[in-house]
Amino acid sequence: MISARTFFRRFGGLLRKEFVQIVRDPSSIAIALVMPVVLLLLIGFGISLDARNVRFGIVDENRSVESAGLFQAFANTPYFRPFSFLSSRAAEAALMRGDIEGFVVLRSDFSRRVTDPVRAADIAIVVNGVDANNARIVTGYAQGVVATWLLGHRRDRARPVLSPVTVENRYWFNPEIRSTNFIVPGLIAMVMTMIGALLTALVVAREWERGTMEAMLASPASMTEILLGKLVAYFVLGLGGLGVSVFIGLVVFEVPFRGSAEVLVGISSVFLIVSLAMGLLISTVARSQFVAAQLAFLVTFMPALILSGLMFDIESMPHWVQAVTTVFPARYFVSSLQTLFLAGTVWPVLLPNLAMLVGFAILFLALAIARTRRSLE
Amino acid sequence: MPATVTLAGLGKTFGMTAALTDVTATIGAGQITGLVGPDGAGKTTLLRLIAGLLAPDTGTLEILGHPTAERDAVRDEIGYMPQRFGLYEDLTVQENLNLQADLHDLDAATRRERFETLLQFTGLARFTGRLAGQLSGGMKQKLGLACALLPRPKLLLLDEPSAGVDPASRRELWRIVRTMAGTGVAIVWSTAYLDEAERCDSFLLLDGGRLLASGNPADFTHRMQGRTFLVGLPEQQRHRIQRIAASLPSVADATIQGRSLRLVLKEGSALPDLAELVGGDATAHPTRPRFEDAFVSLLQADQPPVPAPRVQEGMTRSADGIAIEARDLTRDFGTFRAVDRVSFSVKPGEILGLLGPNGAGKSTTFRMLCGLLSPSAGSAHVAGVDLGRARATARERIGYMSQKFSLYGNLSVRDNLDFFSGVYGLAGRRRSSRIAWTIESFDLAAVADLEAGSLPLGFKQRLALGCALLHEPQVLFLDEPTSGVDPLMRREFWSRIGGLAEGGVTVLVTSHFMEEAEYCDRLGIVYAGRMIASGSPDAMKQRFVTAELPEPTLEDAFVGLIREHDAERQGAAAA
Repeated sequence: MISARTFFRRFGGLLRKEFVQIVRDPSSIAIALVMPVVLLLLIGFGISLDARNVRFGIVDENRSVESAGLFQAFANTPYFRPFSFLSSRAAEAALMRGDIEGFVVLRSDFSRRVTDPVRAADIAIVVNGVDANNARIVTGYAQGVVATWLLGHRRDRARPVLSPVTVENRYWFNPEIRSTNFIVPGLIAMVMTMIGALLTALVVAREWERGTMEAMLASPASMTEILLGKLVAYFVLGLGGLGVSVFIGLVVFEVPFRGSAEVLVGISSVFLIVSLAMGLLISTVARSQFVAAQLAFLVTFMPALILSGLMFDIESMPHWVQAVTTVFPARYFVSSLQTLFLAGTVWPVLLPNLAMLVGFAILFLALAIARTRRSLE
Repeated sequence: MPATVTLAGLGKTFGMTAALTDVTATIGAGQITGLVGPDGAGKTTLLRLIAGLLAPDTGTLEILGHPTAERDAVRDEIGYMPQRFGLYEDLTVQENLNLQADLHDLDAATRRERFETLLQFTGLARFTGRLAGQLSGGMKQKLGLACALLPRPKLLLLDEPSAGVDPASRRELWRIVRTMAGTGVAIVWSTAYLDEAERCDSFLLLDGGRLLASGNPADFTHRMQGRTFLVGLPEQQRHRIQRIAASLPSVADATIQGRSLRLVLKEGSALPDLAELVGGDATAHPTRPRFEDAFVSLLQADQPPVPAPRVQEGMTRSADGIAIEARDLTRDFGTFRAVDRVSFSVKPGEILGLLGPNGAGKSTTFRMLCGLLSPSAGSAHVAGVDLGRARATARERIGYMSQKFSLYGNLSVRDNLDFFSGVYGLAGRRRSSRIAWTIESFDLAAVADLEAGSLPLGFKQRLALGCALLHEPQVLFLDEPTSGVDPLMRREFWSRIGGLAEGGVTVLVTSHFMEEAEYCDRLGIVYAGRMIASGSPDAMKQRFVTAELPEPTLEDAFVGLIREHDAERQGAAAA
């Protein structure tokens, strides 16, 4: 057993070395502090799941006050830019050309049927379904516009509402249904996965490339001390990255934050350890910085983007894909961040996530230490 | 002599390949033990086993009386310097030392005292604030050594400490290590340079993971006493005479050494008929045997003799006049002048070696002559073409073989040849006849359909040379072609190059490797961006003959030239 003084001298030496290297070599700082800014701004502004200014056709075979009113209703929402067509055929041609995203057809008996208490009016909605997600959103909005108009129209006519039940939508946690509010916390999780894994994977690979790892392994310092030194140094740097990301989320994207800051820092710290340990694990197989960077992108970026619930709802994936998502730690962090930002400190959601993250942290660290020990073989 | 390390039946296997097999040896305190062998012989694996970085698969290993299981007891007793010195290049000299001191848990007083001693010992005291990455090769090596010596180890393991370092620094390192040995430290010095083995107190000679020989280098070399001779050579056909000599049954080894043929006879054989071999009044002078002679004769007893390479027909003789000419060639990188007004010329069929330590500017010069880099100033003509004007035309006349053999490892030998012939624009009958010629004259028929990556080093080397010659170049560029390969392979390679040169091909070689330089007709010494001397190897050695040193080696000459140059520069600076 070594004495505490010996340990602190050794560990202090290793830690000092890491910090001097961080300061002298700008690449780590670039990864930790510049990459989050670039990624968040690019992807945050680039990806939006909201439909806005959708070019939409109104095929008006009716030419009545009512059909003109519906046209106006489409024009009054920020979601649509309506174009008038005289026939379905003309609208279909425009859809083919990609000039419009979809259209509604108002038959020649539209105005009569709207007021007919027995035979309700039917409206055909045709939407370009190539991008299924977008199509669903556009359809939903179009239905909403029609329903709202219908309701107002009947009220104006002081007619009793025919349907016995009406649905009043209220969106909790994200009343404006801004997809940004939902995506940006997920993006922060993705960015943290990447920078954590990249930082350690690259610096350890660099030590192998330059032959310094071998010198360290031959010294009295143990593998655990060497890796712990890296972990602590890059943890500090990673927290800086987190701060930058949260700042951009709150200030640039104006995402609300309803949870507690302490819990955010706590869960993020655990996750940072997970992703740093993932980087260490990558470095046990990748001895060159190039391979390390490739691997880090592959095992962090892709799953974090696709399988974490950041872009696509996990609940609506097939069961076996859902099972696959459970082995990617990003999923638990995405859910934690979305909860903290949009809902608040909801422990029943956060606790299971936190427990999984702690489990991953221990698993990855143990694996990294065990594998690096044998890695000269 | 107390044993510091005892190895018994030591073996280590990586996957399917046995890196070390059944090594039994002792390493004595107060001695420098040379761990000698070509690349891939198992030197690094053995050092790593001793350093505790690897665990042996078979056999036992005892350090200072402790078996492997008690590794922690000896951790502070071992100083280990890995290849490339294991320094943090973005830390300063002092920071590197501090880190080592922290790792070895030295208190403030101890470290102050040891820093002072080591810095003074290595001459680094003036450079403590400099980043390790900005030190010269020799200084890095000394810093690496200082780091390894900081815990005052009883066992010092040095993995190829002299690779790529200029001979002057190499000598300085020997001096330091010799002093350390005097204090009772056991030192293991691994090297691919066979001449270094002669300076060690004892040696372990590894080849293919096996301990081929061990003991005292003088005893080992002494076995060759009376079997080594120098024979003067005529101006013409030196390479042809060498090839004939090497194939004689009485000759173990024949190499060209400047203007002489160096003959090593097989045990109990008499000198061959020199009048028939060389002609006229040739006489043989006995010369001192070398470590390499003993190694070569040992290897030959072990292996079937390498077939003498066929005479290579089909090479075009280049135009008369000058094959390569560099005039005031200069290259700047930012504010750093890597090459400073280098001028020289090479005749057709001549082998010119650019010799210099790493970072001296020889690779930069080389790249400018191959058309891979544009000069900042000056001009270069290769095979009658101005590189500044018609780079593409010049490239068609140039063959290039890099140190790393740029082959496609997962393509077969034939596929590689096919690919490279396509790259060089060969087509139709010429293409198939050139590929057939290469397979035939480089003895590749047996391996033509095997993956290039799976071949032994010697075959890879032949294939790489074959690829470089596919388009019948007039000028051949070789970048450290035989550093680290075993002496037999090196001989085979150079005998082919000799044949090519006699066929009229001009050869330019870069090297920091003295043994390679001996094969050149003429040498240019590149140092700090300048060409400080040029001439035949013999003439260079001749300049440094003294009473104490009647037979100076090329390294002696090299060190002497660099000292003269440094003194001149200092003189000029003072005046």
